[in-house]
Amino acid sequence: MAADPLSRVFSALADPTRRDMVARLAVDDATLTELAEPYDVTVQAVSKHLRVLEDAGLVSRRRDAQRRPVHLEAEVFDLMTKWIERYRRQAEQRYRRLDDVLQSMPDDVAAVPPATPPQPGATP
Amino acid sequence: MTATSTREAEILLDPDVPLVRITREFDAPPEKVFRAHTDPDLVVQWLGPRGYEMRLDHYDCHTGGSYRYLHVADGAEYGFHGSFHEVRPPEVIVQTFTFDGDPDGVSLDRQVFEDLGNGRTRLIATSLVDSFESRDAFVASGMETGIQESYQRLDELLAG
Repeated sequence: MAADPLSRVFSALADPTRRDMVARLAVDDATLTELAEPYDVTVQAVSKHLRVLEDAGLVSRRRDAQRRPVHLEAEVFDLMTKWIERYRRQAEQRYRRLDDVLQSMPDDVAAVPPATPPQPGATP
Repeated sequence: MTATSTREAEILLDPDVPLVRITREFDAPPEKVFRAHTDPDLVVQWLGPRGYEMRLDHYDCHTGGSYRYLHVADGAEYGFHGSFHEVRPPEVIVQTFTFDGDPDGVSLDRQVFEDLGNGRTRLIATSLVDSFESRDAFVASGMETGIQESYQRLDELLAG
């Protein structure tokens, strides 16, 4: 298990079952039994998944209630989604600049520039 | 103009392998998109992050070649270097990518240029690193804010 908090969040969400659990908790709180229902696995296995999500800070369980419903910590989830989205947006911005470069190029250009021997003293 | 559908870059973080994949389509044939990746005069016009000047030390984009460049802003300099392992026009570029500040760290990058016909290209850019921790730090850092700020923000949330 990864040591730092960021990696815990990412690796907690690397598993498809846990991602699915998070998606359902995004709609509403649910009990362990409710969460286990749709899966063809034991309640114990689902409980294990839940503990990974809890350790990552993605979900919490209310101590006071008898049912102990599981609650999604939406802020932590949003932060992670935001990081991925920001990375994607940076790529998109880069490729929009590439769109402009492509527009400015002649149509019959070769795939690679002609080889030029290095010139002493010249800045590449 | 051809119809442009789903033009925005798409991102995939693979759950089984520590890689990030960005897919993007361009209204230009593979030869042009490829040239914009191999011609140093063109590369400097788009590759650097916004707000940074991109300075090339050298950029020899052919099989067996190498590169080094700097992103410069407000006195801060970030250097990156790597080798071109396979450059096959206009289909694929396989290269390594290393941040000068972490010389033992390396990302293996593959860029595939798919000919979509009608003068269009799909670019599939994959970065593979050696651990999920590296991959996630890579995605969470970006250039403007840095990993420490990201961690602090998460720590605050988790503490709250």
